[in-house]
Amino acid sequence: MELVNLFTKSIFIENMVFAYFLGMCSYLAVSKTVKTAVGLGAAVIFVLAVTVPVNYLIDTYFLQQGALTWLSPQFAEVDLSFLTFIMFIAVIASMVQLVEMTVEKFAPALYGALGIFLPLIAVNCAILGGSLFMQQKDFIGIHEAGVYGLGSGIGFFLAILGIAAIREKIAYSNVPAPLKGLGITFIITGLMAIGFMSFMGIDL
Amino acid sequence: MNTKDNLDNNTVSEEVKKKEMIMFLSGSEEKEHFLSKANRKLLTDPLDDNNPITVQVLGICSALAITVQLKPAIVMSLAVVFVMAFSNMIISILRNSIPSRIRIIVQLVVVATMVILVDQILKAFAYDVSKQLSIFIGLIITNCIIMGRLEAFALGNGIYKSFLDGVGNAAGYGLILIIVAFFRELFGSGTLLGYTVIPEAVYSAGYEDNGFFLLSPMALIVVGVVIWVQRSRNRKLIEEN
Repeated sequence: MELVNLFTKSIFIENMVFAYFLGMCSYLAVSKTVKTAVGLGAAVIFVLAVTVPVNYLIDTYFLQQGALTWLSPQFAEVDLSFLTFIMFIAVIASMVQLVEMTVEKFAPALYGALGIFLPLIAVNCAILGGSLFMQQKDFIGIHEAGVYGLGSGIGFFLAILGIAAIREKIAYSNVPAPLKGLGITFIITGLMAIGFMSFMGIDL
Repeated sequence: MNTKDNLDNNTVSEEVKKKEMIMFLSGSEEKEHFLSKANRKLLTDPLDDNNPITVQVLGICSALAITVQLKPAIVMSLAVVFVMAFSNMIISILRNSIPSRIRIIVQLVVVATMVILVDQILKAFAYDVSKQLSIFIGLIITNCIIMGRLEAFALGNGIYKSFLDGVGNAAGYGLILIIVAFFRELFGSGTLLGYTVIPEAVYSAGYEDNGFFLLSPMALIVVGVVIWVQRSRNRKLIEEN
């Protein structure tokens, strides 16, 4: 039940895009058509669900203070947490590379569909944000980290799918000229975020 | 998409383009004045015509969540100026020795090192602000504007120019951040930098702070309005669709 709660919370209430503005750049850049939005969204779900648990392991067994005691009790005082950023980003960059190669080898159709989005994800803030939030939340096990990663990915997917669908329709509307394109997208995203706020306080 | 179109649409005159091309190809820097016209343009262009947030659509990720108050926004802008200027410079120094296949990782490592520096300095000297910014300092690493400028500018230009480009773009980014934070703090809590600015008389006349400005959706809407104002003043930025 805890896990279900965490899952819904990470999708709706703590939505990466609407609550924390993470992944905004690709969210705005790739949301012109639904097709590309689905591609990017799927790739983000995949990468978040993989990197958050991996970074959880690295954080627990290498970086935290006293995390190295499994090597030898002398290391109880060692605190490597200042290396967090560089370790996490290295893990993410190499995971993305790995995922890219695996997908290319075993699922060429999916690889073709995701195309350039896979490498782009390495610098998507939502991915690094997921790992950094995971570190702040003090999860008790890798299963929680995994569920959190998956949920955040699905949250991003829903957000980008929604805005892409709206943008496809809004192309036919009469928007004031200076507001066309980027401006109206920002305002719609704001309105969507207000909508998502109504999930606040839901506790399963 | 947007980004590229806008960069192309830029009204850089043919002259400047040709000059840049020659410099890029020969790999040598022309001898020119310390703050020549082209150099000044590097600094001022990103403030309006080529603003990272409202025109290039880069670097929105870590920006908006910290604009509830003015102070964290200013600290964040300074942090980004520092990180961007120096990572641009370092990549520009290394640009001829980085193999292009692994350049993304090299760039990430350089940027991450800079960010760790900023993070540690903030923790040491401004602990409460650093707590307020929480993970968003770390997220400067993946701030698209930094990677974007490294890719688009520092890899092909000299050290001093890259430095100016870094400062200019980070300032353009900070400008929007500060504008948004100004309005959100003013309307949301009636203060600026923590000091009350709206006089008591206004409150007793029935004015109330609009708490809605403190919530995240308003940041997006304020940016939307900033874009609206900017584009109606500067009509060449208007998009087709």
